Amino acid sequence: MSSTGMKLMEGSEAMAEASIAAGCKFFAGYPMTPFTELLEHFAKRLPEEGGVCINAESELEAAGMVWGALSTGARAATGSTGQGLSLMQETFSEITLAELPLVIFNMARGQQDYYQSTRGGGHGDYRHIVLAPMDIGEAVQLTQLAFHLADKWRNPVLVYGDYLIAHIQEAVDIARVDFDEPLPAKDWAVDGSLGGSGRSRLVSSLGFAKAGQPSPGIERHLRAMAEKFAAIEASEIRVETGGLDDAETVIVAFGSPGKFVRYVVAQLRAEGEKIGYVRPITLWPFPYETIAAAAEGAERVGVFELCAGQMIDDVRLGVLGRAPVTGIGGISTDGSGFGVGPLLDAELIRERVLALHRGAPLPPLPDNERML
Amino acid sequence: MSTVKSKGTVTIAVETCKGCELCIPACPPAVLTMSSTVNHLGYHYPELADGCTGCAACLLICPDFVFEVFREARSPAAGAAT
Amino acid sequence: MKLVGQQKPELLLTETHHMCPGCGEPLALRGYLEAIQELGLSQRAIAVAGIGCYTSFSMTTDVDLVQALHGRAPSVATGVKRMLPDSIVFTVQGDGDMVNEGLQEVLHTAARGEAVTCILLNNGVFGETGGHMTATSVIGQRTKNTLDGRDADYHGYPILIGDLLAQLQGAAYVARGSVHNAGAVARTKRMFKRAFQTQMDGGFSFVEVLTMCPTGWFIPTSEGPDYMSATLGEVHIMGELKVDGVVKSTDELHEENVRKAAEMEQALARGGIDT
Repeated sequence: MSSTGMKLMEGSEAMAEASIAAGCKFFAGYPMTPFTELLEHFAKRLPEEGGVCINAESELEAAGMVWGALSTGARAATGSTGQGLSLMQETFSEITLAELPLVIFNMARGQQDYYQSTRGGGHGDYRHIVLAPMDIGEAVQLTQLAFHLADKWRNPVLVYGDYLIAHIQEAVDIARVDFDEPLPAKDWAVDGSLGGSGRSRLVSSLGFAKAGQPSPGIERHLRAMAEKFAAIEASEIRVETGGLDDAETVIVAFGSPGKFVRYVVAQLRAEGEKIGYVRPITLWPFPYETIAAAAEGAERVGVFELCAGQMIDDVRLGVLGRAPVTGIGGISTDGSGFGVGPLLDAELIRERVLALHRGAPLPPLPDNERML
Repeated sequence: MSTVKSKGTVTIAVETCKGCELCIPACPPAVLTMSSTVNHLGYHYPELADGCTGCAACLLICPDFVFEVFREARSPAAGAAT
Repeated sequence: MKLVGQQKPELLLTETHHMCPGCGEPLALRGYLEAIQELGLSQRAIAVAGIGCYTSFSMTTDVDLVQALHGRAPSVATGVKRMLPDSIVFTVQGDGDMVNEGLQEVLHTAARGEAVTCILLNNGVFGETGGHMTATSVIGQRTKNTLDGRDADYHGYPILIGDLLAQLQGAAYVARGSVHNAGAVARTKRMFKRAFQTQMDGGFSFVEVLTMCPTGWFIPTSEGPDYMSATLGEVHIMGELKVDGVVKSTDELHEENVRKAAEMEQALARGGIDT
């Protein structure tokens, strides 16, 4: 681990620096708030580090370019907000089925992209590992983990950030994290050198190999992919919990809101309220068993997310009827639509958690339309 | 049909021919004709008569790569187009 | 007797392929594979293939290859080239792939002056789906979704992609070949060589090849070349459209085509041309 010491950094810069520390050599992206600053930092810093950052003409080009870079075995990433990632989904599907180790940054607008991230907007039988940091410090760690897991599983990993993580500053230490785990050789990468040998390489999503080489074919390829996803589900779940032991009320939240919920729950615990929390760090694979265990002795489960209710589906799948599940978050944009909105307020979250805990009606959501 | 002495010849992989007939009009001395019999795929295929010049026009126009072309050594590579 | 031309190109792994009888795509394939080999680039070349009939060559082409999606190949090629600047990177795409689905990708890649070569196999039809109109189908062309022929008022006009690319400052070499006869095939191979040479010199190059698709045109295989010359060939004019940054006029292209065709006929009559 090589430490550079603590430094005050904007989240976007910290994530770009963490990527470079992880050996990322290629980035392509198209500006879009609140992702833009991440692109800016890559554009400035990657060339200084011997890498390449291309200001792609659109998200389609960005996704295609990173596909090519990954095919050479380089560590490479792209990103956008959910809207831009929608445009990239076709390519993400193919990259996943071609088993290329892509890292994707979604600097999302609120938490509207839970479905997109965990279910995918593209075609085919596939999954992306989704890491959801709660703050910049964790984003630095999870960014490096993303590159590691992508290579380990030959599968895309998405880092789910937001406006807050992209734009606030924290003191962080960008130290390269050494993961104590060997990575598979990239013996599938193209470099052109095997042309004419009869052993040239083919990077394909279809499970085909060059004539004369062992080729699984599409059906066996897709079955092997399904087995890989099952293995990831069995071994890569990351989750943080607190105060669950005798909790009557369990609150589930991820990302920046997860940090707010953690703070509120700690406050209420100190006041003697039997409330605990579950913060999924991997959104896929989702910590269903942790949710199930937390719900086992609880009387109610609340889900705080900044959308109309997406993760709540997974929470219900984990709870499986053990306790009633209620959404206590909601649509929350600032007037510009770019941010995380007025719901991201510890006092307000506290009111909603306490209302659920006491069986009282949820207070109305703040009206933010005045800003438009 | 040409009666001149052959200055070249071709081999024809008749079993991989798909019978498109592009080689027939492409042959300057007109020494290729389609067979009356068919190959294992059910296609007629070209057959060579005397008078081949080894010009390689058939090879160049054949989508199924059935031709191999031989030419009498001449000096220098006469007629090589630029 | 001396062997002057062999059956399949050496950089092809199989003797046979799955293209229809009379298809022009294998002729273009032979051209660029032989060009790569004769330039000594076999161990530097990386192909990026689009989606079309020619995609079946992805498994049998003996150079490293990345299989891309419909339209995306130029961007994928950009990523490959930027990571491996010493490699020779080329795309293989059809007109449906490049000019319909991926028009912006090839335009932006050319405008960027990316040191890659984009190869277009242009038959004016979606061959793989069974013969449907593409952005390069010519006016009057019958396809499965223009049964009475492409009507400019109803379906719009074709895009002459080579001419469009030639106008971009970032494009260094732009050529349109054809495989309607032996001479054109030989000439097209030389275009591939110049295109790869342009890439080695650091410029973007583009070779379009008009290819027969008798299946998608609903005509006998033997009529493919003449049909193509009379339809696509009349609109998408063969020739080197831009060399060393200089764009040629249509008149210059026509003149050159007449001269080259005569040279080829003479060469064939004299006894042979270089394959």
